[in-house]
Amino acid sequence: MILMSATFLILAAITLVGACAAMMLRGLVHCALAVAIAFAGLGTLYLNLGAQFLGLAQLLVYVGAIAVLIVFVILLTRGGDSDSPPLPRAVLPLTGLLVAGCIFAVLAWAVFHSFAVHPAGPPAAPSTVRELGTVLMDSYVLPLEVIGLMLTAALIGAVIIAMKEKQDTQ
Amino acid sequence: MLGEGIVKGLAETARNFLGSFVDKERLVTVQYPEERLPVAEAARNFPFLIYDGTDPEQGLRCVACQICEKECPPRCITIEKSKDKKPDFVGKQQFYPAVFDIDVSVCMSCQICVEVCPFDAIRMDNEFELSTDDRFGGLLWTKEKLARPNEHYLAIHPTEAAEVEARRAEEQAQAEAKKQQPAVTK
Amino acid sequence: MLDQMFVLLKHWLLGYSPAMLRPAVSILLTILPILLVFPVLFALTTVLERKGLGRIQNRYGPNRVGFYGILQPMADAVKSLTKEDIVPASADRTVHFLAPLVLLAVAFVPYAVLPIGRNMIAANLDAGVLFFFAIGAISELSVFMAGWSSRNKYSLLGAMRAVAQMISYEVPLLLSSVAVIMAAGSLSTVEIVQKQSGFSGIFPHWYVLTPWGFAGFVLFMIAATAETNRSPFDLPEGESEIIAGYYIEYSGFKFALFFLGEYLGMFAISGLGITLFLGGWSAPLPFLTWVPSWIWFFAKLLGLIIGFIWIRGTLPRLRMDQLMNFAWKFMLPMALVVVVSAGAWRFLAEGVTRWLVSTVFIAVAYVLLARGVETRNRISKRTYRFAE
Repeated sequence: MILMSATFLILAAITLVGACAAMMLRGLVHCALAVAIAFAGLGTLYLNLGAQFLGLAQLLVYVGAIAVLIVFVILLTRGGDSDSPPLPRAVLPLTGLLVAGCIFAVLAWAVFHSFAVHPAGPPAAPSTVRELGTVLMDSYVLPLEVIGLMLTAALIGAVIIAMKEKQDTQ
Repeated sequence: MLGEGIVKGLAETARNFLGSFVDKERLVTVQYPEERLPVAEAARNFPFLIYDGTDPEQGLRCVACQICEKECPPRCITIEKSKDKKPDFVGKQQFYPAVFDIDVSVCMSCQICVEVCPFDAIRMDNEFELSTDDRFGGLLWTKEKLARPNEHYLAIHPTEAAEVEARRAEEQAQAEAKKQQPAVTK
Repeated sequence: MLDQMFVLLKHWLLGYSPAMLRPAVSILLTILPILLVFPVLFALTTVLERKGLGRIQNRYGPNRVGFYGILQPMADAVKSLTKEDIVPASADRTVHFLAPLVLLAVAFVPYAVLPIGRNMIAANLDAGVLFFFAIGAISELSVFMAGWSSRNKYSLLGAMRAVAQMISYEVPLLLSSVAVIMAAGSLSTVEIVQKQSGFSGIFPHWYVLTPWGFAGFVLFMIAATAETNRSPFDLPEGESEIIAGYYIEYSGFKFALFFLGEYLGMFAISGLGITLFLGGWSAPLPFLTWVPSWIWFFAKLLGLIIGFIWIRGTLPRLRMDQLMNFAWKFMLPMALVVVVSAGAWRFLAEGVTRWLVSTVFIAVAYVLLARGVETRNRISKRTYRFAE
């Protein structure tokens, strides 16, 4: 059986509460902040599992940048109007329940057949930042370069879009 | 060169900072209430009544003509004439104010009462440290509180007072001369 | 002995606690000094700042309350505690209440990875520097929460500007620390300080005394000033610009909490700057190593605080577009050049060559970028356009 320590329960509760709040809250910015809580909860779960770099990168990137991005997008497109129209009632609640049940079943199958339940072989070495860096530069250098190229392209594209708008309004 | 202006600015502020400890003239702060700046001669705050001599009741110059009460824009002066008369500085019998109240919190220091008074009885004082914690009647001053001796007026507004004194001395001399003159017979 | 005073004190106190409670007591004894020392330092800094700025501006600072005004923070505390707590009627009460709390929580956490003295660190993480930046990035969310929940146009504008500024200046901040991490070979703050604690002759091995380290330190400090919304980058909270920006609707104690959070952030990032560039707790000269390590840390921190106050008294506020231009067009390329220069330093042999190469990289980049920044802002002759 999966060992659930008190820390894990608390962190998981925080994440779940954040995610549920993101679904159910009225104001859009409230939902965005709840999603940020869920991200933070995920980051601390990674830290709990010992993946220092991943957990801290999750906090830095998701909570520090992506949540802020979501919030900015909400504000810049909707103008921050506080009284958003009420969410439409679910037409077929049974379908939603069915979909959620299927996803739960798949995830449960994945977890029960994973290393957490059936430890196979010697435990893997703890992944430190140094090892991550070495692996990135040795075996995974091509994906790294491709990702870098993609990010540069995205950056240049954003600049071009923003500039083009300025040309249009002039 | 980028950054040159910043370095020069930092040097200037450092000079100011270190200089403020060494050079006493740099700090122009007047540490109130231990030190006070001298008040200008024409400074004014609230009106007061002048009395000649030593008795504030007898020597009061005000004759309750009520011109200042009528001219005061915020109407902060309240005057009630007396029933009897008393002699003024030239010997003529005049009324005097039984009640003379000024609400100093209402007074706006416009000096109109001073300008219209024909008897040089009301002038402006320059005292400003008047705070009181009585919100309703604390700054409603009666005749007793408002009467100040002529010496006080001479002390705070010397040049004005000199002119007033000269005029009053002349009027007094004229009144004396008229009294000495024998009565003109028809 | 004096150096390890606090560590020995902690162990002695631990010895007196029952064995079952030892982990909890150990944690408590580690956290309590941080929670006590840095707010006291905050109180001292407010007085120092007001008196320092006063002297720079040819006036006395506050000098009524205590001996030369040193008890002024007490008066400020009483004032902020007794002020009425006004929340606007249309404000979002929960978020409005949570914003200063989140800021405060996020402001205290990064102190855990700052080595204040030899063996005096709260949490010796392997990825200490990354932890610091991750937690620092969360404070942007709290700034946004504060600005948005007040339902005030100016407040929201100030919050968006503040977040934009913080995000823009994170990149040079991180890149200049990357140079240090590259040189030290580790993300752990303890190891970075260890690598800087040697001496060659009379000069310490601090990274600030290398060309890339000096440039990196300057960039780091500029970015730190911008991150903590401090003058000259305080447009989001400038008092005459936007009427206190995202702090507008906060009064009394919540405002004091924001103030506390901002200053704590300033101390934390100065502490990180000291750890990365100025050698942490190590002494500057070899014959001064008898002075306890934590005294060196606080002395350097005080020096940086004085630097912040000095710059605040000198420079006028930067406009928003000037700010952003500076970050993206000057500081980011400069930071990249510093990383390249640090790499050149690491791989060249010791001697004059690597000094020369590093300095040339940085100097050339500085001159070219400076020229680029200046030409853009040149005031051109006024052109008149008439309606056709």
